[in-house]
Amino acid sequence: MSQPQSQEPTRHFSWFLRGARSAFSVPGLILASAFVGFAGLAKAAGLSLWETVFMVGVVWALPAKVVLVGAILSGVSLPAAAFAVALSSIRLMPMVVALVPEMRTERTPRWVLYTLSHFVAVTSWVLAMQHFRDVSREMRTSYYAGLGITLILANMLLVAFVYTVAGSLPPPMMAALLLLTPLYFLTSLWGSARERAMHVAMIIGMIAGPLVHLVAPSFDLLIAGLVGGAVAFAWHKRNRARST
Amino acid sequence: MTFDAINAWWWPLLFILVAGWLATDVWRFLGVYFGGRVAENSDAIVLVRCVATALVAAVIGNLVVFPSGALAETSLWLRLDATASGFAAYLFIRRSIVVGIVTAELILISGMFLAGDFNLPAPF
Repeated sequence: MSQPQSQEPTRHFSWFLRGARSAFSVPGLILASAFVGFAGLAKAAGLSLWETVFMVGVVWALPAKVVLVGAILSGVSLPAAAFAVALSSIRLMPMVVALVPEMRTERTPRWVLYTLSHFVAVTSWVLAMQHFRDVSREMRTSYYAGLGITLILANMLLVAFVYTVAGSLPPPMMAALLLLTPLYFLTSLWGSARERAMHVAMIIGMIAGPLVHLVAPSFDLLIAGLVGGAVAFAWHKRNRARST
Repeated sequence: MTFDAINAWWWPLLFILVAGWLATDVWRFLGVYFGGRVAENSDAIVLVRCVATALVAAVIGNLVVFPSGALAETSLWLRLDATASGFAAYLFIRRSIVVGIVTAELILISGMFLAGDFNLPAPF
């Protein structure tokens, strides 16, 4: 342990840089296009530049931010907004549960794992799960820190830039920008589904959301989410009971 | 207690911290806490994934049917057409997100052009 000790920091730093570099990849670029759309969305919703950039940094997961902006647009109260965002983000827990054993060693301090968990969102998670097999176990936390920090900072800068120029864009380009977010979610969510039941949940949710919005605009997301999720889960159980 | 309820610079930031940061990071922290103790395909986790997925899907539906800003100027049918075509292109052409997004955008922009929503920019 005495000899490699001196080289450890440099090794960690070089893996940190490799992680940073893997942020600039196809998934990273697609995520960036979704953030371009988010900047337009936040601006159209009346958020200020600082509120928007702050939200990117502290929330990070894009679905949660879009739910939060949606809740702000509907004019719901703080507890209702927090509840809707929390419901939309439960998915982060199983993702972190799956990621932590991949990068934990016996010597990894707890605070490092808690800090790194903030970077977990669909894109960084997918990239990490893909690349971890090429990273030695002790270097994975450094690698993931580089990836996560780069993704967050780069997208905060991007959002600030797009927000600033969005006012001078011609209306058709603004409209095109605002269509980016729903399409990115529609396709990436469909592709990341683990079970068929998630596709069922998506179809019901997409139809129920706007319908419930007509009658109960403040609770549209909660009702559509709970009903769609429950029906999809029942479908999942029935299918499994039949196949076994 | 809405986003605009209190006219002070710190209120929107506090709103974002509680409804945004706390409501997301609590799950990430619980994930670290439970790390490895919950089975990925247990019923509870599947139910959780179903509810979260339906909720985000409801957001997708609302963004298309009740959009804000410049997108609200387009017709509902055009938005549904663009979204459905983009999704079909994604499904049938290598499940590529890029193909899906580009298809939808092309249909939206050409539809707006045909509806006379805008003119081609004059030569500079």
